[in-house]
Amino acid sequence: MKSPFITLGQRGALATLLLALAAPMAHAQADLLGQLEQATQKDEPTQLVEATFKATRLINGHTVQTPGEGTMVFLISHRFGALNSGAYQFFGLDAATLRLGFEYGVTDRLEVGVGRSSLDKTFDGFVKYKAIQQSTGARAVPVTVTLLGTAALSTIRYSDGYTRNALDRTAYTYQALIARKFSTDFSLQLMPTMIHRNMVVNEGEKNDVYALGAGGRYKLTRRFSLNAEYYYLMPGYTADHFRNSLALGVDIETGGHIFQLHVTNSQGMIEKQFVSETTGNFFKGDIFFGFNMSRNFTVKQRHRK
Amino acid sequence: MVSSLRAGRRWGPLLRGLLAWLGGLALPHAGLAQSKFMTKAGHLTFFSASIMEDIEARNDKVAAVFDLSGGQVAFAVPIREFQFKRTLMQEHFNENYLESEKYPRATFTGQVLDAAQVLKLLPTGTQNVEVEGNLTMHGVTRKIVVAGTIQQRDAQVILVAYFNLAPADYAIDVPLLVREHIAKSVSVRLNVTCDLVSPALTQQP
Repeated sequence: MKSPFITLGQRGALATLLLALAAPMAHAQADLLGQLEQATQKDEPTQLVEATFKATRLINGHTVQTPGEGTMVFLISHRFGALNSGAYQFFGLDAATLRLGFEYGVTDRLEVGVGRSSLDKTFDGFVKYKAIQQSTGARAVPVTVTLLGTAALSTIRYSDGYTRNALDRTAYTYQALIARKFSTDFSLQLMPTMIHRNMVVNEGEKNDVYALGAGGRYKLTRRFSLNAEYYYLMPGYTADHFRNSLALGVDIETGGHIFQLHVTNSQGMIEKQFVSETTGNFFKGDIFFGFNMSRNFTVKQRHRK
Repeated sequence: MVSSLRAGRRWGPLLRGLLAWLGGLALPHAGLAQSKFMTKAGHLTFFSASIMEDIEARNDKVAAVFDLSGGQVAFAVPIREFQFKRTLMQEHFNENYLESEKYPRATFTGQVLDAAQVLKLLPTGTQNVEVEGNLTMHGVTRKIVVAGTIQQRDAQVILVAYFNLAPADYAIDVPLLVREHIAKSVSVRLNVTCDLVSPALTQQP
């Protein structure tokens, strides 16, 4: 009656036993992770949406980006002459205007900068503050809003007979930069702009100029994007005598550098110049080829939170 | 009668074993809450050393759970929480390398090898262990074995590990221009102190 071998039934029972033992083991790992995710998701913090744009400039104008605490940016901006200036001028490459700039991130939100443009021998300074940051999560914010204030002082010797003191040579720009990163690749920005010149010389010209800018970027690869930027001048003297600024370009990112190559009908690289003093007609060949090259330096390492 | 007695004798041990096992099955479940240790504030640092530059980042929001009864462990590392000393590095890390918007967290689930032996000796002191499991990062899952230590201190379990990962294994491609800046093998240091989960807490849905 006693068999040295275990019966089929017993074998089945054993197999069931082993299975029953093994199953919870296998489940336990996945389960553990599930519990972990549950626990961490419960208090999912509000995530800030970063890197709406690659650089602090879209093309000519600013983006909502600030460099971040302790980071200094050295920005070289360059515009060649007009494409339609002919073979004698080597299609614009003989002429060039330049702006050299230094920018510094005082905090993650606050940035200050200075620059010098060869056009009208202009010095400029700006303060930029990221007031609202786009975020996802429990308390989502749809847009990033950065406020920009700039002052520009032209030091060129004018030959029009008017005498100008330093204040007369100064113009201010106020911008609210409103941007939304719709996806990893696609961001749009609106730029309501007000420019105030302390002195204007032409009959009927207003000191204040209002404009609305719009721009965006589309990333083709992780390190390469297409950019566009347009400033629409509100009807008035400036709109009648000057042109809206249009710029098309690309961003190429390589480690600590960002190269921006573009074509635009504006020769200036500060708001006062490209928003209110653009004369080129893009579609008649008044196209200036240019580039911005920025290099970031870590001046002060961030203290850890 | 006789035969049934014989049968009873034959099935007896098995039945008793089954009962004991069933009892045992119930026990670890009851004990599960007591044997689970968890944290949401573990530390993980990584270090990439190259001839061009050193890159270091720290994450203090590592979530971990350790099951003392079976020696299972799970980690979740929120990628966005890595703090770099250089802001641009942090941006590139998230935007270009780990793509944290697409892959917001790295996870690991593993099993302590020789768990029974390790867990038996755990009350006597720090144990050197090997943990085998799956690491998922940047959308790639790989089986890895990590050496480390486990230490139990009253209501806490401290897990420490030091290991290397190759970015290339996780489809993190480095452009040619900065290839010399990023190490082929990045060293990772993990230090996690898990607190005992109170049973009341685990019973919550």
